Amino acid sequence: MLGGLSDLLAEYNVFAAFWMTIKLTVAAAIGALLIGTIIAIMRVSPVAVFRSFGTAYVTLIRNTPLTLIVFFCAFGFYITLQYRIGAQNSPIDVQNFRWGVLGLAIYHAAFVAEALRSGINSVPQGQAEAARAIGLDFGATLSKVVLPQAFRGAIAPLGNVLIALIKNTTVVATIGVAEASYLMKGMIEFRPDLIYAIFAIMATGFVILTLPIGILFTTLSRRLAVKR
Amino acid sequence: MSAEVSVLFDAPGPKARRRHLVIAVVGSLGILALLYLVIRALAAKGQFTAAKWSPFLEPVTWTSYLLPGLRATLVAAFFSVILAIVCGILLGMGRLSEAAPVRWACGVFVEFFRAVPVLMMMLFAYYVFLFGVQISGEALPLLGVIAGLTFYNSCVIAELIRSGVGSLPKGQREAGLAIGLTPFVTLRLVLLPQAITIMLPSIVSQLVVILKDSALGFLILYPELVRSGQTLAALEGNLIPTFIVVAAIFILINYLLTRLAHYLERRLQTRGRGPRLPVTEPLMSPSMAPGGALAVPGQT
Repeated sequence: MLGGLSDLLAEYNVFAAFWMTIKLTVAAAIGALLIGTIIAIMRVSPVAVFRSFGTAYVTLIRNTPLTLIVFFCAFGFYITLQYRIGAQNSPIDVQNFRWGVLGLAIYHAAFVAEALRSGINSVPQGQAEAARAIGLDFGATLSKVVLPQAFRGAIAPLGNVLIALIKNTTVVATIGVAEASYLMKGMIEFRPDLIYAIFAIMATGFVILTLPIGILFTTLSRRLAVKR
Repeated sequence: MSAEVSVLFDAPGPKARRRHLVIAVVGSLGILALLYLVIRALAAKGQFTAAKWSPFLEPVTWTSYLLPGLRATLVAAFFSVILAIVCGILLGMGRLSEAAPVRWACGVFVEFFRAVPVLMMMLFAYYVFLFGVQISGEALPLLGVIAGLTFYNSCVIAELIRSGVGSLPKGQREAGLAIGLTPFVTLRLVLLPQAITIMLPSIVSQLVVILKDSALGFLILYPELVRSGQTLAALEGNLIPTFIVVAAIFILINYLLTRLAHYLERRLQTRGRGPRLPVTEPLMSPSMAPGGALAVPGQT
């Protein structure tokens, strides 16, 4: 059994698959943070149109399965409509990766926006009132006083979104990006007799990825919490 | 919500109102322009022709593809929910048990399976049923989906139960013990019913997650809504319209479930007995952070 396992690990590159998972996570996390911050600002803005757009985005995206969003990007925009991200001549797996990242970013942006909004709600009213009292306008109130505290208050929920994102990168296996769960499927089909060992290895990989991040964000949220 | 948020800016005066109007007009024009570009691009690729959309007017599209798909999604979600709630309550009780080995075993189980992606558990369950138990035919993918969803969501519900019990006043447990109930009976008869009531909105929100995650069954060939939609799209050559319709169905159902959760939350808050609903507080509590079962209702 041990010999079979080492053959299997020689045949399949587990580290490359988890490296792909990490690349997907980092790229999608940056995208989700950007889009999510914009949506969160829209949701608290004084202009009603922006508020309703932000609410509509969160409601629509949060209630749609991620699988469907990723398909929409890969099969809809890429295959059916022939849109490409970046270089026109890049190969199909690069395009699938990019569209997968976009799908992940669009989906998790809704959760980032909710996390930030809960962070904004955790900032006491007096902070915004004081900012207004010294004459700051909406933009300055938000960017100089409220958002810096809101980000610190939102660290715990943002950490949860990041952990969810790491696990959700497996969904892009459905469009053929060679990340951890895609590799696991291949490995099990190749050596069904080693199924328990394969699952244990791949599952442990995710525990190793998510556990330190959980601990890190817990520590951060405790250390950076605004003392009140 | 608006009461907390509106403190960010003053009640607008005439000048600010004019400025907001200008920004609103420019902003809506921007959003409309964006929508127009998307719609024009779709139209240019012929996505709005009658041929692409007319299948949805024919009953056979619904009776042969979308409704059976929806039924498969709901069946998988239904069984997963029942099993996840039962297993979740048992696991939650285990984590609160007096016996340390039971507590540790349940703790390790919950923390481990919460860290593993649902899709991986589905794949694993599918292949175990296929190679180990040698199930085949229609039941196989359904069992795979149910097993994957149950494993993950029972862990989430176990955490909800645990934090629900943790949010109860200490006197509840002390009173139970004082009248001579054993710790287990106190948990079962006094703490658990209250914890489940407090956590009901979060549990309903978890339904949304289960319903969405059932779409992962796509990869193990479970004929749920997304897969039956894809079959339909392959037949009619209308992938984008079909996905839009499928998304609309999901959004409608999940939106109604979210409303139900909010309604329950409000009702429980105004009921005026027991502790106030800890909706935002546990969210910030650091002990909950890793894996975050208690994250925003409807969390990924």
